[in-house]
Amino acid sequence: MATLMTERKRSALTRGRLPRYTPYVIAAAAIVIAAALMSLIGFNVFGWAVLSAVLFAAGNVISAAVVEGRRKATDKFATSLVVGAFLIALLPLVSVIWTVLVNGVPGLLNPGFLSSSMNGVTGAVDNASVKDGTPVMGGVYHALVGSVLITLWATIISVPVGLLTAIYLVEYSADNKFSKVITFLVDVMTGIPSIVAGLFAAAFFAMILGPGTKTGFVAAVALSVLMIPVVVRSSEEMLKIVPNELREAAYALGVRKWRTIVKVVIPTAISGIASGVTLAIARVIGETAPLLVTAGFASSINMNVFAGWMSSLPTFIYTQIMTPTSPSNADPSTQRAWAAALLLIILVMLLNLGARLVASLFAPKTGR
Amino acid sequence: MSKRIDVSDLNVYYGDFRAVEDVNITIEAKSVTAFIGPSGCGKSTFLRTLNRMHEVIPGARVEGKVLLDGDNLYADGVDPVTVRSQIGMVFQRPNPFPTMSIRDNVLAGVKLNSRRMPKSDAEALVEKSLRGANLWNEVKDRLEKPGSGLSGGQQQRLCIARAIAVSPEVILMDEPCSALDPISTLAIEDLINELKDEYTVVIVTHNMQQAARVSDKTAFFNIAGTGKPGKLIEFAETATIFNNPSQKSTEDYVSGRFG
Repeated sequence: MATLMTERKRSALTRGRLPRYTPYVIAAAAIVIAAALMSLIGFNVFGWAVLSAVLFAAGNVISAAVVEGRRKATDKFATSLVVGAFLIALLPLVSVIWTVLVNGVPGLLNPGFLSSSMNGVTGAVDNASVKDGTPVMGGVYHALVGSVLITLWATIISVPVGLLTAIYLVEYSADNKFSKVITFLVDVMTGIPSIVAGLFAAAFFAMILGPGTKTGFVAAVALSVLMIPVVVRSSEEMLKIVPNELREAAYALGVRKWRTIVKVVIPTAISGIASGVTLAIARVIGETAPLLVTAGFASSINMNVFAGWMSSLPTFIYTQIMTPTSPSNADPSTQRAWAAALLLIILVMLLNLGARLVASLFAPKTGR
Repeated sequence: MSKRIDVSDLNVYYGDFRAVEDVNITIEAKSVTAFIGPSGCGKSTFLRTLNRMHEVIPGARVEGKVLLDGDNLYADGVDPVTVRSQIGMVFQRPNPFPTMSIRDNVLAGVKLNSRRMPKSDAEALVEKSLRGANLWNEVKDRLEKPGSGLSGGQQQRLCIARAIAVSPEVILMDEPCSALDPISTLAIEDLINELKDEYTVVIVTHNMQQAARVSDKTAFFNIAGTGKPGKLIEFAETATIFNNPSQKSTEDYVSGRFG
């Protein structure tokens, strides 16, 4: 007669395994030993943290090697390496965000920073605000407007050109010689240094409109030179992954090729295309060099991209740091520069969030 | 609303490679014709030449004549789009448009061509097509839901509904049940039997029982060896092909003694 087997208290399957609390014990020991060692050679928090981490990893690996065997020890070693690499990669990111936050928040919270320009803010004004301890005058409104307008125009130029190029490459070219040349040129364009793109736009407009033509539109052209290859590449990849079955399904219904592309292929790929475009915008909104040579710098608000110099966030930061408004009291300019840097990071972050939002809005619907 | 197809001396190429050689066949209106044969023998390739879908593949071309009620599909100046709107196709894998609802999938042939249609007509067409594909009762309460949320068998019937919504003369089916379970397969076979009252149906299948169950006539394709073109070996009434074929290779294939 078969009897029910009861569960053994200590399973034979868990023999030779470290108990669950081992890592915590090792961590505690590592922290204490590291503190002791550090006090011998002079204590600092950073060294203490690094040493604790190294000791913890070593203790974990050795204990596993002794009790659990080679496979587990290798596993823990690899895990330590991966986590270590992750932390090292994270360090600069956290550090940048932290520095910009600490330096930028006071300026950003300054009343009027977002709503006023640098028009009329002279060295004397800055000197006065430092002397009297009053809030820093001047703001970033003109640069924000400039950045948004220039990037908007760059997008208006790049997206049609880039998307149509990608459509030609994927849907029409059938891998002919011409398409290989285009692909090669797009790859070359991806590698163009941004200052070269700026010089190209400046030289081009100097040729057709006379030397010294600096407007927001020239800057937009320079940025679109940088943006087009990114848009082509990302849209091309997105169009390529649309299954051929969908195109054939549409053809089999007697739908023309261009209608198939417009109504089936692009809607299927639109979420990827939209997020690719947004990321391309995020990439060019922080460009400084091409804007310096194409849009110049302005301290007042200019809403017209076709006439007059225009400021933008990166060039605003650059000029505030390099040539402080008041040479003897640079602090207000530095504060404005950090605040503008923070604003730029927030803008890029919002764009990235926007890309995700757009991607999920346009994504093919699921559900029953 | 159905037309016959007469094929004469048809050769099908992928670039320089001749995939199908010298096919002569007559497909009667309002009948079900099955193509059987081993993998790679050119059945699907030949099927795709019947609505000019073959040339969608780069380098693919066709020589010979395909007459749809006497009109040559491959004559000069024939627009493949016109051909395809008369000869619909259902593919091996169900492929509803993922961005569209069930209703829009059925109306895809109308909407993608931007033809205007009054709302009541559109509703009637959706219901008629879905009823025609035996899918109406299963989806009538969720026409706004995406087509990709249906089961595989339902998706395939949705694709059939989509094909019949443009009222074609002929429906081509390329192994429509190969990705489906037996119950969905049965549903589609029943549907094929109903479809032949109104349409000419051509079906490629690997399942010989299926060919025997649904078709009036059967064509057996074979290939002499790798790299050689596929050929039409025998074309006759289904009962003849399965019970009393005239060719030795047909008999070997249908009785499972092949290879």
